[in-house]
Amino acid sequence: MNILQTLQKLIMESGFAGFFQNGGWRNAVMIVIACFLLYLGIKKKFEPLLLVGIAFGMLLVNVSYFIGLTEADALYHPEIWTEFLNESSVNYHSYGYILKNAGFLDILYIGVKCGLYPSLIFMGVGAMTDFGPLISRPSSLILGAAAQLGVFLAFFAANLMGFTGNQAAAIGIIGGADGPTAIYLTSKLAPELLGAIAIAAYSYMALIPMIQPPLMKLLTTKKERETVMTQAREVSKTEKIVFPIIVSIFCILLLPSTAPLIGCLMLGNLWRECGVTERLSDTVQNAMMNIVTIFLGISVGATTAGSQFLTASTLKIVVLGLCAFAFSTVGGLLVGKLMYKLSGGKINPLIGSAGVSAVPMAARVSQTMGQKANPRNFLLMHAMGPNVAGVIGSALAAGFLLKVFGA
Amino acid sequence: MLTLFLEVAASGEKLSFQDTAITAVLGYAVVFAGLFALMGVLYLSGAIFKKLNARKAAAGQAEAAPAAPAVPETPAAAAPGSAGEVKRYSVSDREAAMIMAIVADQLQKPVNELRFKSIKEVK
Repeated sequence: MNILQTLQKLIMESGFAGFFQNGGWRNAVMIVIACFLLYLGIKKKFEPLLLVGIAFGMLLVNVSYFIGLTEADALYHPEIWTEFLNESSVNYHSYGYILKNAGFLDILYIGVKCGLYPSLIFMGVGAMTDFGPLISRPSSLILGAAAQLGVFLAFFAANLMGFTGNQAAAIGIIGGADGPTAIYLTSKLAPELLGAIAIAAYSYMALIPMIQPPLMKLLTTKKERETVMTQAREVSKTEKIVFPIIVSIFCILLLPSTAPLIGCLMLGNLWRECGVTERLSDTVQNAMMNIVTIFLGISVGATTAGSQFLTASTLKIVVLGLCAFAFSTVGGLLVGKLMYKLSGGKINPLIGSAGVSAVPMAARVSQTMGQKANPRNFLLMHAMGPNVAGVIGSALAAGFLLKVFGA
Repeated sequence: MLTLFLEVAASGEKLSFQDTAITAVLGYAVVFAGLFALMGVLYLSGAIFKKLNARKAAAGQAEAAPAAPAVPETPAAAAPGSAGEVKRYSVSDREAAMIMAIVADQLQKPVNELRFKSIKEVK
């Protein structure tokens, strides 16, 4: 065996050589971006539970997958998923083909592709959420609906910017400020954009304390922000048990495509409230939620191979995502102002911005802004109503878009 | 026409300006209508539960009324305390003992070093 030849082969087939291949620079850029996201997650604590996993998944795929080099060692293979989605291919929707050619991250990604992880995350969210504030003040649902404005405006803008209907729908849902919903819808309608959309959605969710306050100040007067809201009525245990059953029946009958998300959200909540399944509720809230978060983060990060991620589309998605978030906040605030007027000044319009889902971050922002205007103001529980209404609202918006574009 | 629209939308092609506008407005309207109707359902179920709870409470009061002796507003016989005597207003011995134990625990002091003058239920 010629040692020199062996060494040369090792060098030429290494990832380092990959940087000098056609388009290899994209992987290098992605590695830098991954390290930056790791910094944001670890040092700045921007949604660390997901961002650290996503960033490391991004790192793993970009050090192991280079176009033109051997793909046997790659952890994720974009080309087999392209084949999987190609209707004219013999491997169209063949999970057998995926398993035969898969790397470690391809296997994890199956859970995203079939919508398993987002639904399980929703189950955990349901088990962790107290819907009491929403049940005691059902008008919060209107704020949750109003705050979906950004979803449809971004959808509209994305269409005008040249995206297809499916892609525009997936981009629009960033405005729902709900990570699992965004991932679910994107994996169904535009899987090629999954990495960019997931990263934009989670980044903006982490940046809510910076995005929302200027809009809240701009759109409300000091007098409105100072409004102290009265305590809502007490909700009985039976009402809390019946609530998930009513919502499941109503929402799923209205839009059957919301069944995986709403069904799991409400099942998790029923386990929490019914009082006879503490073990299940505890498992869903903690162990299962953590396991699914690990799988979801890494596999979403894996979809960001440099050749796919570094495109003009990603830049457009980042801009559209920000617009979607901003307009959703505006929608919630405007209807909040309307409710302030109609209620004779009893409802603080600041709780409207919490309608953008992002539980409980958006409600905390409403609380902070309210207390800045009036130190006697405690809006947190009042804002939790629109906040959880936003989760249902974004699931309905996703259900509608899936119904229209997912046929 | 709706079927045709859905076919165009699901084809994965770019939508026309008109179709895009219709989809956006329709989507927002569907979300609004859905959550508005859900709000109605929740108000209705809330009203039903309020009535049921009120009925239950009334039935409970009616049952308890003949059994329970009239609560005197004047203090009952003073309970012997470990450091003095406690006047009780509408509070049973058991409740008074519990309150004293909780206060002692919160203050981190033995209950016999505390002096309770009276315990009254605030209605």
